[in-house]
Amino acid sequence: MKILVCISRTADTTAKIAFTSNNTKFDEADVQFIINPYDEWYALVRALEMKEKDGATVQLISVGGPETDPLLRRGLSYGLDSAVRVNYSGSDPFRIASEIAAWVRGEGFDLILTGKETIDYNGSSVGGMIAALLGVPFISLATKLDLAGSRATVHREMEGGEEICEADLPLVVSCQKGVAEMRMPNIRGIQTARSKPFQVREPESGEELIQSLDFELPPAKAGVKLVPADQPEELVRLLHEEARVI
Amino acid sequence: MSVLVYVDQQDGKIKKAALEALSYGAAIGSQANLPVSALVAGQVPKEELDRLGSFGAGKVLHASNGELKSFDGAVHAALLKAAAAKENATVIVLSHNFHGKDIAPQLSVLLRAGLVTGVISLPDLSAEFTVKKSVFSGKAVARVKVISPVKILTLSPNSFPLTPSGKSAPVEKLEVALPASRVKVTSVEKESGAIPLPEAEIIVSGGRGMKGPENWGMLEALAQALGAATACSRPVADAGWRPHHEHVGQTGLTVRPNLYVALGISGAIQHLAGVNGSKVIVVINKDPEAPFFKAADYGLVGDIFQIVPALTQAVKKFKGE
Ligand SMILES: Cc1cc2nc3c(=O)[nH]c(=O)nc-3n(C[C@H](O)[C@H](O)[C@H](O)COP(=O)(O)OP(=O)(O)OC[C@H]3O[C@@H](n4cnc5c(N)ncnc54)[C@H](O)[C@@H]3O)c2cc1C
Ligand SMILES: Nc1ncnc2c1ncn2[C@@H]1O[C@H](COP(=O)(O)O)[C@@H](O)[C@H]1O
Repeated sequence: MKILVCISRTADTTAKIAFTSNNTKFDEADVQFIINPYDEWYALVRALEMKEKDGATVQLISVGGPETDPLLRRGLSYGLDSAVRVNYSGSDPFRIASEIAAWVRGEGFDLILTGKETIDYNGSSVGGMIAALLGVPFISLATKLDLAGSRATVHREMEGGEEICEADLPLVVSCQKGVAEMRMPNIRGIQTARSKPFQVREPESGEELIQSLDFELPPAKAGVKLVPADQPEELVRLLHEEARVI
Repeated sequence: MSVLVYVDQQDGKIKKAALEALSYGAAIGSQANLPVSALVAGQVPKEELDRLGSFGAGKVLHASNGELKSFDGAVHAALLKAAAAKENATVIVLSHNFHGKDIAPQLSVLLRAGLVTGVISLPDLSAEFTVKKSVFSGKAVARVKVISPVKILTLSPNSFPLTPSGKSAPVEKLEVALPASRVKVTSVEKESGAIPLPEAEIIVSGGRGMKGPENWGMLEALAQALGAATACSRPVADAGWRPHHEHVGQTGLTVRPNLYVALGISGAIQHLAGVNGSKVIVVINKDPEAPFFKAADYGLVGDIFQIVPALTQAVKKFKGE
């Protein structure tokens, strides 16, 4: 069983959001970068559980510049087998997915796991694109994932509930909360991460389909209007007459 | 050239998010002077299909192949590809919901068409095709250019108004061969009757300040009076007080209702990430320093156990019950 986990580098959830260069670039000053939480806590940890239970080999892949290397090493410190970085720093999801699909075609994987979305770009795009590029099935927004032989059982989220579905491997699954129990790397894992196979691959030249131009911050809120706690009717009046939401 | 809208349905009922996508697609159609067609996949009664003309469809395409029954996004993407070829579609719109997020990236590959997900406003067609989408979990907006000739957009829920026109549109059967579904749905676990969170216009949400699951009756009474769906903060779901699909925030659902009422939630940044797209936020918390007040439009400082029942009464009185 060979599993590939796709991880992306994102700004920490508590980072201050600001832009530079005429609002065309995210201001990275004083910002801490992390592995996208859905990728680390759910996709990566689920793959690790499968390695521990069934002896799967797990490789990490990230498409990004050299600044991504420490995060791949961090990912390895959970006790995974190897990592590869594709040296392309752009943000077009089609291009990123194409690079990952090209790697998969060469190596062959039974299961490819992504996060549900990156918390900076919020694309929810790369996983489905990888599946379509490879012509394999895609199950999105998984909350539980189990394998029996070459068949996967996946719980996925839908409006107001969940669906349980099955598909054959090879398969791409995008993961979210529920798929795995969060955990931390242990000391042994951290010590051995440095010695794990790690390769950097140059990108294939590929097509880009979209381009991010610039950013803006949403208009600031006017500030909270406080209503006395003993006057709920006043709140109802404001919601009806002023805010017009009821 | 035309605009094609994927109209999402569940159990034969058109979703509200799908009507929004259709209204949005229709607005692009009138902006660019293009005809608009709506594509519906699966078993849907005629009355439902007949509603779509009023929301801007010039024509309704209905496909009900057996392969569409068990949801496999790849099959729906193949159907959209066929419909797009038939209609010569240059702009394709889907809802940014569970199905849309599954289908759109696969369609993007099939058509080599640029995809912008979670768009929040109409595209600017003046020079190139640019559109705004929400990024950084609602903390910023990005302007994105689509380079490819065909453009695919998924619309954020609750970001485009519904304006029924009363018009009607012809319904055509779309018969195309589809690939076999490779994803087999074996069972569905759904809370019946409840308003699904992503569709809700009003949400009442509870945090740890609710003290325990036994107190949720009070929250549900307020939700019922308002016609709202219920949600919760992460620790509440983690503690098993509420089901996981109610958890909103960074690691849960992102919602954009017209009104979000937070009861005993502190307003941690990870919680805000899932709710700050709401149009109006009401916070009720006994701690005046709770960070949530900074993101709120209206606030009540006090004990939820006193305020909420009184508020429920006030809402009922207002609604004349
Ligand atoms: C990486 C990461 C991801 C996370 N993702 C999420 C997420 O998706 N969603 C999420 O919600 N959280 C998430 N969290 C957790 C988040 O940081 C907060 O811990 C959590 O939101 C707090 O939940 P709470 O507001 O219900 O509880 P608390 O922070 O304990 O707040 C309870 C509030 O209730 C008020 N209160 C108590 N009693 C009363 C009363 N009688 N009347 C009125 N008010 C009262 C208190 O003043 C307090 O403000 C995440 C955390 C991390 C680190
Ligand atoms: N640059 C990248 N390198 C590797 N995986 C990525 C990259 N960008 C996105 N992904 C994966 O695709 C998922 C969805 O990303 P997105 O489509 O950007 O929301 C993420 O959770 C990652 O698992």
